[in-house]
Amino acid sequence: MNLTEERILSCGNTLYDCLRERRTIDPLTDQEPGITIEDAYRISLQLLQRRLDDGEQIIGKKIGVTSKAVMNMLQVNRPDFGYLTDRMVYNNGDEIPISSDMIQPRAEGEIAFILKHDLNGPGITNAEVLRATEAVMPCFEIVDSRITDWKIKIQDTIADNASCGSFVLGDRAVDPRNVDLVTCGMVHTKNGEVVATGAGAAALGSPVNCVAWLANTLGEYGIKLEAGEVILSGSLVPLHPVVPGDSMGLSIGGIGNAAVRFT
Amino acid sequence: MTLDQSTIRQLAEHLENAELNRQPVTKITDDHPEMDWEDAYAIQYEIRRRKEERGGRTAGLKMGLTSQAKMRQMGVSEPVYGFLTDAGSYGDGAEIDTAAFIHPRIEAEVAVMTKSELAGPGCNIGQVLQAVDFVTGAVEIIDSRYENFRFDLKSVIADNTSAAGFVGGSVMRGVDAVDLPTLGVVMEKNGEVVETGAGAAVLGHPATSVAMLANMLAARSEVIPAGTFIMTGGITAAVAVDKGDTINVRFQDLGKVSFRMV
Repeated sequence: MNLTEERILSCGNTLYDCLRERRTIDPLTDQEPGITIEDAYRISLQLLQRRLDDGEQIIGKKIGVTSKAVMNMLQVNRPDFGYLTDRMVYNNGDEIPISSDMIQPRAEGEIAFILKHDLNGPGITNAEVLRATEAVMPCFEIVDSRITDWKIKIQDTIADNASCGSFVLGDRAVDPRNVDLVTCGMVHTKNGEVVATGAGAAALGSPVNCVAWLANTLGEYGIKLEAGEVILSGSLVPLHPVVPGDSMGLSIGGIGNAAVRFT
Repeated sequence: MTLDQSTIRQLAEHLENAELNRQPVTKITDDHPEMDWEDAYAIQYEIRRRKEERGGRTAGLKMGLTSQAKMRQMGVSEPVYGFLTDAGSYGDGAEIDTAAFIHPRIEAEVAVMTKSELAGPGCNIGQVLQAVDFVTGAVEIIDSRYENFRFDLKSVIADNTSAAGFVGGSVMRGVDAVDLPTLGVVMEKNGEVVETGAGAAVLGHPATSVAMLANMLAARSEVIPAGTFIMTGGITAAVAVDKGDTINVRFQDLGKVSFRMV
């Protein structure tokens, strides 16, 4: 830890203001070259606290930086995480108003886990993740950054709630025992054209590995994944910028579809 | 056609020798900038004739350049096709002699076997789905006979679209038993996931690729006969392989294809 408590709070407050006012700031890593990953998580908790003070409620968690390509870009070898609140969730077919809700959104295709039991790490195995999973759903995560032009280092994105913006739950909730989460294919379309394809293995070898990682990482801080929560397990395709007018589609083999339009 | 028959025969021999001797050459359009699409396919068919004349069997057909991104990159609106040989056919679990190739790369694909004839023009996805006997996972080995894979479209068509071999899977499914656009593929090289993708990477649907093949063949008054094995096009990017590499490709609902480069 390098930053003072006062500085942590002021960074968290600034990111909160940016979120609400839809503006960006220069990377925290430029302003505070000594910032550590632990500092960044503490900033993210202040940002979260401000949202909770506003009446938002935590409904789940997200895992980010799960692909080798993004890990290489950010020069890290493990994922990160952020919190999901009720104000971030959209349903299949909804419209997301960029001009009032977002800054510089990008869409990612993921598998969402809906939990029916708590997961209390550390020591959680993949089998326990599957046992605790009520259903998996197709899901868009619409990432957004409060950092100018997405010029993020790992500390910047962690402090900024893992660049979470909003997410869209798709059309089906499938028992995980009925689908192979490693080989299930994903097709990402934009305005009808295929822009990317992938499969479950693109996220740390399996989306289940990602959820287990999160349960075990948060478990070390005494935080559990809770029954009823939505866990976004990480993107299976490269992220794709979206603008008003775009219509995005997602299909996952054996799971289902998700669709969202941007205005 | 702009090339005469003897030039076509000479270029076919030139390219086939590059393959047989594992000696890459420069792209043939450097010396023959005037050659057109028909010339390019005429050279490919002459290579095929030479192989069949020596007793080789044509084991199927293959589609190339089947992603919108690749077509845009090459400035074309149609994919390209080539042929597969019995000599390049490997089974699941094979040990493949790396020395048989110049600079091999692999792509994961969905392959289909047909049970009835498909003829264009006007061949559509509905006809293709009815004509498919089974689908299976497969890996194509591509190996351009051009130095450093440096070629243009006409040169690569003449070079049988870089076709060099294929490894077929051992799980077959009827076309109704799988969802081809969302069928996922995971390619592992030496235990590490190197590529993932899904069937829609091939022209939106692998069966669309087969329909386009039938329609392109119609321009030569050819059909796709019943019993034709067709590699529909790369779902993943091409990955370079070398001696000692172990490859494992997992397909959603279609098992896996594994082999070792020795």
